[in-house]
Amino acid sequence: MAHAPQEEKPGVIGWIDYRLPLKPFTDLLYDFPAPRNLNYFWNFGSLAGIMLVSQILTGLFLAMHYAASTSLAFDSVEHIMRNVNYGWLIRYMHAVGASMFFIVVFIHIFRGLYYGSYKRPRELLWFLGVAILLLMMATAFMGYVLPWGQMSFWGATVITNLFSAFPLVGESIVNWLWGGFSVDNPTLNRFFALHFLMPFVLVGVVLLHLMALHQHGSNNPTGIDVKGPQDQIPFHPYYTAKDFFGFGAFFLIFAAFVFFAPNYLGHADNYIPADPLVTPPHIVPEWYFLPFYAILRAITFDIALWVIGAAILGLALVLRYSDVVRAVLGTKGVLGAVASFLPKKACGWTCIGTLLGVGTLLLLVGFGGVVIESKLAGVLAMFGSILILLALPWLDTSPVRSSNYRPIYRVFFWVFAVNAVILGYAGSQTADWGILLSYCAGASCETKHVMGLLIESAWMEKHFIDISISLISTIYYFAHFLVVLPIVGRIEKPLPLPESISASVLAKHTTAHH
Amino acid sequence: MKSSIRLFCVALMVTASPVLAAGNKETPKQMDWSFDGVFGRVDKPSVQRGFQVYREVCSACHALKRVSFRQLEAVGFSEAEIKSLAASYTVKDGPNDDGEMFERPGRPSDAYPSPHANANAARAANNGAYPPDQSLIIKARHDGANYVYSLLTGYGQTAPEHLSVPEGAHYNPYMDGQIIKMAGPLVEEGVTYQDGTKATIDQQAKDVVNFLQWAAEPEMEERKSMGIKVMIFLSIMTGFFYLVKKRVWSDLH
Repeated sequence: MAHAPQEEKPGVIGWIDYRLPLKPFTDLLYDFPAPRNLNYFWNFGSLAGIMLVSQILTGLFLAMHYAASTSLAFDSVEHIMRNVNYGWLIRYMHAVGASMFFIVVFIHIFRGLYYGSYKRPRELLWFLGVAILLLMMATAFMGYVLPWGQMSFWGATVITNLFSAFPLVGESIVNWLWGGFSVDNPTLNRFFALHFLMPFVLVGVVLLHLMALHQHGSNNPTGIDVKGPQDQIPFHPYYTAKDFFGFGAFFLIFAAFVFFAPNYLGHADNYIPADPLVTPPHIVPEWYFLPFYAILRAITFDIALWVIGAAILGLALVLRYSDVVRAVLGTKGVLGAVASFLPKKACGWTCIGTLLGVGTLLLLVGFGGVVIESKLAGVLAMFGSILILLALPWLDTSPVRSSNYRPIYRVFFWVFAVNAVILGYAGSQTADWGILLSYCAGASCETKHVMGLLIESAWMEKHFIDISISLISTIYYFAHFLVVLPIVGRIEKPLPLPESISASVLAKHTTAHH
Repeated sequence: MKSSIRLFCVALMVTASPVLAAGNKETPKQMDWSFDGVFGRVDKPSVQRGFQVYREVCSACHALKRVSFRQLEAVGFSEAEIKSLAASYTVKDGPNDDGEMFERPGRPSDAYPSPHANANAARAANNGAYPPDQSLIIKARHDGANYVYSLLTGYGQTAPEHLSVPEGAHYNPYMDGQIIKMAGPLVEEGVTYQDGTKATIDQQAKDVVNFLQWAAEPEMEERKSMGIKVMIFLSIMTGFFYLVKKRVWSDLH
């Protein structure tokens, strides 16, 4: 820093601060101004922080007694449960804690979705949050493998096998992940090493998340910017006091699970030691992965490349004659909103030529029988369902952040939330659940086993197009981002925004008094 | 594409599948257990009787390797009883200074001896079916206590006509697939309880479930009583935090 160091202040803190500035650290945790109108949904960031700390601490003590070896892992976990002093408490806090961490983070994310916290200028803050979610998912997945129960083993087998869906390199990637030719000791060992490492990477990304947060400060329920000091209060003592109340309420729920229903959120099969020769009849991931698992399994059919080729050719036509299309669609309503995304000037011949070339190529290759295999399509959809969050700041075309002032989008937000719950339920069921229609699109339709129990069996039925609840919900999930958000932002008339944050707080007080 | 797109089946699966997803078996009978709920307690006399059932019946095939003799003190056996009980078993130990494995009487610190040397030996002795270790069985099955109770008391019913029960197997509606290799292990008065309780099949099943529940979660009582204290502490603390929050925020308008 260019500034000359300040005078040394008296006391221990002063002595340290003169030599090592404490302000950047205290700033990050509690010493900064915040909007005065944050509601209780803003508690979930600090709750997530305390869960990360709790997971690291309990995990550290578990690691002191755990043995990462296929012959010892299950026994060492039972040793922790039965013989280590308060081992059961540490393990249940860690296992239940993982679920609690996800509940908190999901609410935190949905809060961001509702109040438009991802919008300018907080895009990078949002990106870092998506990175945290991905890291959490990887960490939780590997952690679930460590007890080496039946679900650990078979969950690891199913999920690592997903990578084999990628053409050419898939098999090599899977063998590389496994460190062998099946999920075995090398896999368990590296999962333990990575499960120990990744929380510390998470801490690093969380610090970046906090730094990005402090750049522009917290968003707030009105979604409007802070206009001056009258809109703000210091984080400490106001939000520290509020956060501590939140911690208390949250830990009541957490403790209720740990002490009275520690296995409620888990699966009984994981108390059976892993057996590579016995496949459980119904492999399910932990509840927090269920919506993504449903998306993974939703596509049970191969997608012919010619379909995509035809779509690209259609797009080329639309872009070439965009003025005609715009004229047809008009300027009013939903159609007008769609038209507003078309370029004002028709696409030049370079752009059209490229699209025509790619489209024709895919069309020809597709007619030759090349397809995107159902398994690959499922994997792409699953990863895409999270990565699409990165495009959110640009897909949302509304100038208003908070859904409190967005009458149409607010409805779609709740539809999206319900849809996510439906996906979660679908993920908890067997792969044949919720199939509404089954079209035969090939030669060997007679061989279909609708009641097949393994998810692999669903993937092998390549000649059927199953229209299932999972598939409809998956399509809606993506449509929410790719269709609803851009169009609603254009056609919606937002409610009048309050003049300022302090004005909205005062207005609330006056209505409360009368 | 040589597609002959035709309608295959309509909307049946939604209603039909929950029944089938449950794995083609009956839901266990729902019983009241002393260990249920927030104030759940171990029914020690029943656990002791259940241990007798395990020792005299189940242990012929099923191991209990995560429970050691000394732990039985927690359910009311005296130190002397445990010592003599352990000594009545022969345990393989070693190697000694000469490099030999040797046999010695059991000690309280020993794990409960398994009936078979390994899983293959267990399968070979049981017609190819593996009798699972019982230490965790209550936690390793969905609705474990009710499931084990229902399974043990679910024998002796006539199989439905569409189900063909193979030679050497038995019909039990609570088993996955409703067919089980294990023969009904409990018989009326199959054990003689020392406390004079009448050893009906139902009583034995209840007792052995109580025992196995304790074996699966020996920490249960300690956990729940600590939980109550923690909940009381957290409630008071949360109340205080709420008051602090109100007080701190009261100067804002």
